[in-house]
Amino acid sequence: MKAFLILEDGTVFSGQSIGSTREVISEIVFNTSMTGYLEVLTDPSYAGQAVVMTYPLIGNYGICYEDMESEKPWPDGYIVRELSRIPSNFRSQGTIQEFLAKHDIPGIAGIDTRALTKILREKGTMNGMITTNENYNLEEVLPRLKDYTTGKVVEKVTCKEKYVLEGNGPKVALMDFGAKKNIARNLNKRGCQVTVYPALTTAEEILADHPDGIMLSNGPGDPKECTSIIKEIKKLYDSEVPIFAICLGHQLMALANGADTYKMKYGHRGGNHPVKDLKTGRVYISSQNHGYVVNTDTLDPSIAVPAFTNVNDGTNEGLAYTGKNIFTVQFHPEACPGPQDSGYLFDRFMNMMEVNK
Amino acid sequence: MPKNPDIKKVLVIGSGPIVIGQAAEFDYAGTQACRSLKEEGIEVVLLNSNPATIMTDKDIADHVYIEPLTVEVVEQLILKERPDSVLPTLGGQAGLNLAMELEERGFLKEQGVRLIGTTAETIKKAEDRLEFKLTMEKIHEPIAASKVVESIEEGVKFTQTIGYPVVLRPAYTLGGSGGGIAHNYEELTEILENGLRLSRVGQVLVERCIAGWKEIEYEVMRDSAGNCITVCNMENIDPVGVHTGDSIVVAPSQTLGDKEYQMLRTSALNIISELNITGGCNVQYALNPDSFEYCVIEVNPRVSRSSALASKATGYPIAKVAAKIALGYTLDEIKNAITGKTYASFEPMLDYCVVKIPRLPFDKFISAEHTLTTQMKATGEVMSICNNFEGALMKAIRSLEQHVDCLLSYDFSDLDEDELMKQLRKVDDRRIWVIAEALRRGISYEVIHDITKIDIWFIDKLAILVEMEEALKNQELTPELLKEAKRIEFPDNVIARLTGKTEEEIKEMRYANGIVAAYKMVDTCAAEFAASTPYYYSVFGSENEVVETRDRKKVLVLGSGPIRIGQGIEFDFCSVHCTWAFAKENYETIIINNNPETVSTDFDIADKLYFEPLTPEDVENIVNIEKPDGAVVQFGGQTAIKLTESLMKMGVPILGTSAENVDAAEDRELFDEILEKCQIPRPQGHTVFTAEEAKKAANELGYPVLVRPSYVLGGQGMQIAINDEDVDEFIGIINRIAQDHPILVDKYLMGKEIEVDAVCDGTDILIPGIMEHIERAGIHSGDSISVYPAQSISASVKKTIEEYTRRLAQSLHVIGLINIQFIVCGEEVYVIEVNPRSSRTVPYISKVTGIPIVPLATKVILGTKIKDLGYEPGLQPEADYFAIKMPVFSFEKIRGADISLGPEMKSTGECLGIAKTFNEALYKAFLGAGIRLPKHYNMIMTVRDEDKEEAVKIGKRFEALGYNIFATKGTAKALMDADVQVRMTRKIEQESPNILDLILGHKIDLVIDIPSQGVEKSRDGFVIRRNAIETGVNVLTAIDTAGALVSSLENADVTKLSLIDIATI
Repeated sequence: MKAFLILEDGTVFSGQSIGSTREVISEIVFNTSMTGYLEVLTDPSYAGQAVVMTYPLIGNYGICYEDMESEKPWPDGYIVRELSRIPSNFRSQGTIQEFLAKHDIPGIAGIDTRALTKILREKGTMNGMITTNENYNLEEVLPRLKDYTTGKVVEKVTCKEKYVLEGNGPKVALMDFGAKKNIARNLNKRGCQVTVYPALTTAEEILADHPDGIMLSNGPGDPKECTSIIKEIKKLYDSEVPIFAICLGHQLMALANGADTYKMKYGHRGGNHPVKDLKTGRVYISSQNHGYVVNTDTLDPSIAVPAFTNVNDGTNEGLAYTGKNIFTVQFHPEACPGPQDSGYLFDRFMNMMEVNK
Repeated sequence: MPKNPDIKKVLVIGSGPIVIGQAAEFDYAGTQACRSLKEEGIEVVLLNSNPATIMTDKDIADHVYIEPLTVEVVEQLILKERPDSVLPTLGGQAGLNLAMELEERGFLKEQGVRLIGTTAETIKKAEDRLEFKLTMEKIHEPIAASKVVESIEEGVKFTQTIGYPVVLRPAYTLGGSGGGIAHNYEELTEILENGLRLSRVGQVLVERCIAGWKEIEYEVMRDSAGNCITVCNMENIDPVGVHTGDSIVVAPSQTLGDKEYQMLRTSALNIISELNITGGCNVQYALNPDSFEYCVIEVNPRVSRSSALASKATGYPIAKVAAKIALGYTLDEIKNAITGKTYASFEPMLDYCVVKIPRLPFDKFISAEHTLTTQMKATGEVMSICNNFEGALMKAIRSLEQHVDCLLSYDFSDLDEDELMKQLRKVDDRRIWVIAEALRRGISYEVIHDITKIDIWFIDKLAILVEMEEALKNQELTPELLKEAKRIEFPDNVIARLTGKTEEEIKEMRYANGIVAAYKMVDTCAAEFAASTPYYYSVFGSENEVVETRDRKKVLVLGSGPIRIGQGIEFDFCSVHCTWAFAKENYETIIINNNPETVSTDFDIADKLYFEPLTPEDVENIVNIEKPDGAVVQFGGQTAIKLTESLMKMGVPILGTSAENVDAAEDRELFDEILEKCQIPRPQGHTVFTAEEAKKAANELGYPVLVRPSYVLGGQGMQIAINDEDVDEFIGIINRIAQDHPILVDKYLMGKEIEVDAVCDGTDILIPGIMEHIERAGIHSGDSISVYPAQSISASVKKTIEEYTRRLAQSLHVIGLINIQFIVCGEEVYVIEVNPRSSRTVPYISKVTGIPIVPLATKVILGTKIKDLGYEPGLQPEADYFAIKMPVFSFEKIRGADISLGPEMKSTGECLGIAKTFNEALYKAFLGAGIRLPKHYNMIMTVRDEDKEEAVKIGKRFEALGYNIFATKGTAKALMDADVQVRMTRKIEQESPNILDLILGHKIDLVIDIPSQGVEKSRDGFVIRRNAIETGVNVLTAIDTAGALVSSLENADVTKLSLIDIATI
């Protein structure tokens, strides 16, 4: 079946429908990872967005449920150049076609994803519609596209109730703003007992459980929409519990401390972003997925200083909080998909908890 | 970390002559690195024995030494030039081995010269089998169960513990020389014996056979601060068991999930860190297709063939970055030249798929085994880029220039199912065609996979291509079907064949439906950042990205495609220099080429690079977009010349010599007319079409005669026939290679062969020098030792040659380059071949005369007269030194190849000997070619009757040098009659000990075996030569080469070699 991708600027791509044939409006973003399409699809940070994969051959190794980063796929839509007609891998349990259909995710294949990426790069991230309706009316569609916002998506993706992942080591409270499973896995692997809390849990409730450390997870949407969460995070900041934050968690901690965030033109989404540890000068290749970034000019240097910076565009990639056992990063040390080079940050967090005991 | 200020003058070691396993990729890497060093204000001293390279140009380095790559030479050079550092990681295994020797001798320390880009410790850890194993064990990186052995007994014992089959890898060899898989005791002992001998340190690794696993490679970079990145990973379609150089390779990997991808990536970074490499490194893995189990196969702590491929596949200039790292820079300080915005500390993201196919030399070695093993056999490779795998594969296939354009090109349809299954088990260069046939027969993916171990994903892609063939054959050609066929890169001619339409009709239908090629950019970042580097590939069904340029005149330079015997990097040298010359004349330059190993496909050589097949259709698609003001075909070898007619049809003016005149040189009748008009004699000959006609012509001319197809390169299919039977056999072979063109039968003249390259502006000519071949006519010019200036011809003959060259160039209206080969018998001069284009000898003669004939020819093409170029027209004065070009062969790599020289070219590369005296130049040339004698002072002679007189003279001279001569009956008798001490040895069919035992005894330095002309009736000679080559014995098959060698040995004095800086010529 034919499908169309209509962009806010009036550009229309026509291709074949994949997955669900349902019509959807979303924010269109691109990801440059060459592997890890399932991890991307199941990353809750994509809630409220439709993802374009710049790598043209998707689905080659099928679907392996073990690799899912959450319970289900989150993007509103999926945009690819070509889906492999058969998957081949010893772990493959199905095809991406079936997976999308099963989860009612609409998508489009067979379009010039590079041309689309260039539009997003040049004009910035924009909204779009995936539809199978050949009789779409641009005049009617475009205003609807302009009106779309991702909204308060954190509440949509967070867990409903707190739960515990057993471990013998330090007790870590993981704030789930849309956490990728591999964050908890990394902590579990290091022996931590991880308690996962819904995003709207109060600081008091978390602190009452006496965690040895708090982990603020990644998540979707505009951080400034998370007003009530920011307030709770300020309270966590004021506690003496060591905190490690990733992506949205990092942005929320900055906002809680008076800094500002802004929306980037087209964000960082992929597995090849170089980040520099400003303390050591070492550069690590990181996995990234964010559209917002902390404006370091608005940061009170007595509260926090940049710890990591992006080698490509100089944007902030991490903060060290002065006089506190708190460090936060914009990128994803938990990888999945992407390089594992910055996994050592979990060890740093472990150390921090150990020292604080 | 910024640049190390102590590094001011760097010696860069090149890789020497092109041999299988070490080819043009090192010219590409070396050239890029030298330019990168010069950019930083470093004074560069370059050493490479290969004159055909671009890196040995004075534009590339400050001091250029085209000298043998031996430790003695390097030491002498260091003493002469006093560099503060040596960069050995760009010269392949040859460069690395030299660095190791220098280090081991303590010379570098003694002289206070530092090794940059690597350390001796790193080289040892990566290259020494035992150290490597220990290092991998230390960091818990798995390697296949293995043991380094130093004797056959040890190897057999270990194999008993791990079981057959086992893989054998000799230490410190290139291209896996001497390695292989042994399935039983016989194979084990045979390969082991060979491998132990070939290894520099007498070590062979015996390891558990993991054949059938996926073979994956990672290209990684690391700087002195410890920052690491991976440039690219690659997946071999052929599983472990086929050398990666002979495998079809795809980038990035296609069948690995993120977990596997990251697992191996992390491993590669661990390895490069542990080895403490500063620069580039290649790590090869075997990955169990049914689990996460993997093994590290090999680590190359240097730039390599794979790194060249990775550079071209991603746009990330590995050699350039490696050179900067060697100077002390860190990755985050080096700009990404492609985007100009980002830095070298990132990982390229591809939004396309790259396929590499090796170019194998079986068309040259008809008798050779086609089997692909862990011993590399390919001479070159092609790469293609597309946004789908099928398309990339189709493009790569037609880039090969081996008469293949789709999966139907090799026909296996007459095999019955049993035979087909048998064929499927053969691991050879036609495997994908066999799989395609199996798919056509409905054989299941699983069965094909079980036999070949090729991943189902790739088999399915081949099936998609086969299904398209069927659809085109059986369905109506709708615009939708055509669109889909083009998306997966079916060329118009194949669609035409399958649909029964004409190519023109297909093209019209495409244009009518807007199905045209679009071009996308290789930008290292999947369009995430704007890139300005115009490096393009074609796709169908997408938006075009090429930026229209109309501000300057545009010239299209056609490259020469894959490196093959007969068409080597010489033509890349010419294409690149031509491009630079056009740029100097303010032209916008556009290169089309498909060879990832070359300098011409580096992104900053031309204003625009199209990485595309060199077929008329692919070129026309580019022409439609670029609308060039002209095209140059005379620098790209036969590949480019073949496109002349098509370009003219497209309305692209051919700059320089016109197409009709190119034709006139190839068309026998036209050419005869011209010779007659110019009053130039040529050996008598006839054009024929059938064997009967050929025999009639041969008898009329009198045997021996030369038989060859017209329109060939490298003398392909050319043979000397001494009787009717030979003629029958040769014509049969020629017709097998499907020739549309007539066959030429010429009188064979036994004389001196002379070669000339000249520039002609239509009126005047400029001949930089006359080259003379040491071997008499009958041996392909590319396989002959070439001497400049010519030694044994008189002044009047030189005058005649100059005059004939002028007449021919004028009559053919040559504008640009012309190459002419003459035969001189006494004072008589005959013309045997004219090529109105650049030739193999152009780089050599340019360098040794200091006359840059490619830029000069380019200026002439643009209308400048020779008189205005600052040269007196005619033959230029001779230099006051001697320069000898020596062919280099790769016979030991190709099992079953006949090594005897003849009119068909067999050498893969060349080296130079340059000196003030002829003898020293000759000595250097032999040394450069790897002939290092004497060792055991034993040699064997077996010579045909007509050469016995000369053989006696040569034998005497070897005897005087202290050689023991062994000879078979006839030759022995001739030697004895002349009072030469000789030991008679039994022939091969006679009882042991015979001549074969002698060779296998490893005590022989040299075999001089001159076979009779014509089709050799006995296999004896072949067996002797093969065994000698495979046991590492030097074999000469031309009496003149033997004469030259003995002269050089008579004048050998290693300690006193003079070193000549080519840049001062």
